[in-house]
Amino acid sequence: MAQQGPTSPVPVPTAQDAHQPAPKPVREGIDLIVNDKRYRHTGDKAMPLLWYLRDVLRLTGAKYGCDQGDCGFCTVIVDGKAVASCQTKMEKLSGKRVTTVEGLADKDGKLHPVQQAWIDEDAIMCGFCQPGQIMAAVDLLSRQKNPSDADIDKIGNLCRCGSYGRIRKAIKRAADTLKKDGKA
Amino acid sequence: MSGEIRLSRRRFLKYAAGAAGALVIGIGSVDAAERPVPLALLGDTWKQVGPYLRVAADGRVFIGVRDPDNGEGTATSLARIIAEEMDADWSRVVVEPLGLGVTVDNDKAKFLYGHQRSGDATSIPAAWADLRQAGALARWLLLQAAARRLGVPADQLRGEAGMAIAADGRRISYADLASTAAEIEAPATPPPLKAAERYQLIGQPAGDVDAHAVVTGSLAYACDDNIGDPVIAVLARCPYPGGTLDQADRDAASRLPGVHAVIDLTPEQGQPAGLAAQAPAIVVLASDTWTALSARAALKATWKPGPNVEPSAGTLEQQALNLFGDEQATPITVRNDGDVLATRKKAARALEATYVQPWVAHATAETPNCIVRLDPDTSITVIAATQAPLQVYSVVQRMTGLKPDQIDIRVPRGGGGFGRRLEADYVAEAVAIALAKKPDTIRNRPIKVMWTREDDLAHDYYRPMAVHRLNASLDKKKNIIGWHQRMASPSALVNRNVPDNRLWQSELVPDALPAGLVPNFRSDWYPLSSQLQRGEWRGSPHVTPTFASESFIDELAHSLKANPLDFRLALLGDARQLAYNGRGGPIDTGRLANVLKLAADKLDWSRWLRSENGLGIACAYVFGAYVAHAIEVAPTQDGVDILRVVVAADVGRVINPKGLEAQLQGATMDALSTALSLAITVKDGKVQQTGLRDYALSPTQPMPNEVETIIVPSTAEPAGASVVGVPSAAPALANAVFRATAVRVRRLPLLRELARLR
Repeated sequence: MAQQGPTSPVPVPTAQDAHQPAPKPVREGIDLIVNDKRYRHTGDKAMPLLWYLRDVLRLTGAKYGCDQGDCGFCTVIVDGKAVASCQTKMEKLSGKRVTTVEGLADKDGKLHPVQQAWIDEDAIMCGFCQPGQIMAAVDLLSRQKNPSDADIDKIGNLCRCGSYGRIRKAIKRAADTLKKDGKA
Repeated sequence: MSGEIRLSRRRFLKYAAGAAGALVIGIGSVDAAERPVPLALLGDTWKQVGPYLRVAADGRVFIGVRDPDNGEGTATSLARIIAEEMDADWSRVVVEPLGLGVTVDNDKAKFLYGHQRSGDATSIPAAWADLRQAGALARWLLLQAAARRLGVPADQLRGEAGMAIAADGRRISYADLASTAAEIEAPATPPPLKAAERYQLIGQPAGDVDAHAVVTGSLAYACDDNIGDPVIAVLARCPYPGGTLDQADRDAASRLPGVHAVIDLTPEQGQPAGLAAQAPAIVVLASDTWTALSARAALKATWKPGPNVEPSAGTLEQQALNLFGDEQATPITVRNDGDVLATRKKAARALEATYVQPWVAHATAETPNCIVRLDPDTSITVIAATQAPLQVYSVVQRMTGLKPDQIDIRVPRGGGGFGRRLEADYVAEAVAIALAKKPDTIRNRPIKVMWTREDDLAHDYYRPMAVHRLNASLDKKKNIIGWHQRMASPSALVNRNVPDNRLWQSELVPDALPAGLVPNFRSDWYPLSSQLQRGEWRGSPHVTPTFASESFIDELAHSLKANPLDFRLALLGDARQLAYNGRGGPIDTGRLANVLKLAADKLDWSRWLRSENGLGIACAYVFGAYVAHAIEVAPTQDGVDILRVVVAADVGRVINPKGLEAQLQGATMDALSTALSLAITVKDGKVQQTGLRDYALSPTQPMPNEVETIIVPSTAEPAGASVVGVPSAAPALANAVFRATAVRVRRLPLLRELARLR
């Protein structure tokens, strides 16, 4: 986890504080697990998870869309539940387990059934909202094995390109796959 | 610590801090990773066909796609066009987006790839015109190589799925032929194109080539790129057009840990719209986006309107109505057949209606952003989603003064375009910041400008608000003998080096129907004045006029107690060609009648009179494509529920039916949700909408679960697809709402107006 980033444990001195004594190494922080890897966040506790993922860990699958929790582009799963990462501050994440779209496929690269269903239904247009859509669908299918149209509508993630019909089909296809896999 | 020491133009030393105090040094080459053409497409083979494709010895075929893909599906369809002509094995095709192809020729910029723009449905027609040649040349060379190897004449060989196959069944893979083919002299004339009967890929459904990268989160949009560990720039922009800074606490912002600098940005004066930054701004440069956003908030910047306060849309609307009523006003008459005014005087019956449509925004999924890495002496790299790489280039070249071959414009897949990314204001911001004086600590680091949704809604190039007044004259036999349409709008071409007498070109199409169908026809355009930035919006010259004309035709049918489908078909008359002075023409009325009938049949139009639900229909001719929407709605307590939406389209030859279906569905959803709910409004001189709560794009209600599509098989020249599903959707909806509620909605957004009128 030699992740270089703006809030990495080794602060980079700036011009203004070059004459000041070097800051002491930070030993405290927020420990969390992202896609099965351990990280310690030592920067601003109020930083939203979205920007921690994107700017610090350089995991850019979760996208920025609105910073109000309305669009769902930044959806990730925290301890098994979908959250808008733009609305989730780092201070709430101590000891939590975060899964992003980068962590969905298995170690050999075999796609999660939801990802595969997205490809099979060709549900992407510009694709920008789709990592968030996929994470929301994974969350839904963990709670609802047979989601109804109303359940799917309740997700409420925005697709600016209007791929809703294919997203709906992809979720139902993934539900079928998960059921078959469950039986096998 | 990390950094670079340039050894020469093309080589550099790279060093970085390693574990336990080590210094890690490596040598990099610009050639290896930094060329505008993706590495996979380089190589000394295939010089003849440029960067569009490369056959690798391992059997893969790399295809470079020159037009940006912002969700239009160009990456897939352009690659399929090339792959088809060369008979490539699609399963071995790797598609790479090409950046801008520019080099120096006699000290001038020379653009290498031909058409490089995604807008106005131009990509497919342009590709059809020349990209097939690239594939055909590849096939020709490979078959020549196979002929030598097999000792048979090349005309007795055929290509199929990555193989050259002889009449006797012997076959050699393209991979094995690649090196020999590269030595063959190019033919004197372009090799012939494939006969359509032999098509294996064109017309067959294909999934998006980037699907795997998208669903795994590995596809790097511009905002995901972190080339050279960029400094993040977030701007506090003046929200008042023509306004200025009141006050800001720069110290409070500078004090936050992680903030590198706070600088001012003044837009260049005298540049055309879209080619310079929009507004004066204070720029916060910080280590990460969150810090930059926090520092921007700490600025507590306040702004003052300029001397001319932007009027509300209501004020502009009143100005339009005054113009329509003013006989001294001098509109630009874009088409004038016969004499509409004389016809009105002798008409048995005359009707008039006025339609009002609001400002709307693009609200692309990926907000504007841009990365610039500038080495002032040697080069600049720009990474930006754009629909218009040449626009980006012209901004970068003008602002930096660098030579064409020092400018590297990279165009990754973009998160939506719809016309917003035809503008390069966000690029100009990033270049200006890269050029600005900054502290030494960040002087050589790349700059990444990030826009929030609030920035995006406040500083869009909006689709202009528009007011249409239509007059029709009918004779005793209920024929339309006169049609006079007047439109007033603030042109999207103002301040773009377009002469005043051409400003209507962004607003309407002179030959749009029912021009050519009505003997006395006149179309007038009146300019309105606004300081809001305006631009193209997904087929815009067709969009607001079609809402007006297709609503009005419905009103005429209703006033004559006619079935609106039959009325339209009668108006179109016998199948014939109508002159059309614009892209895609002439208009074939038979093809338009056909899509009308197909959409109506699918919705079971025979129910039109009896159904308790409202059935509505509308059609449009859009850049060479014919499209009709048929929509069924049910009235509800507080509005309507859209039960079914059918769209039928004839776009000529279909390259990728799966992609076309997606574009038709998406455009329909876009048009309907915009018509139902969306408006940008101006109050106290600035845009009021600040987020997706007050510009609510998410439309699961009252939308249907799916949009049903009908695609007409055709061998006509292919038209573009991304905008054709927009213009007829909103009028079909309003026409259906009228049947369901007896309320004629002439003002958008529809739901608000329906609630007001009911």
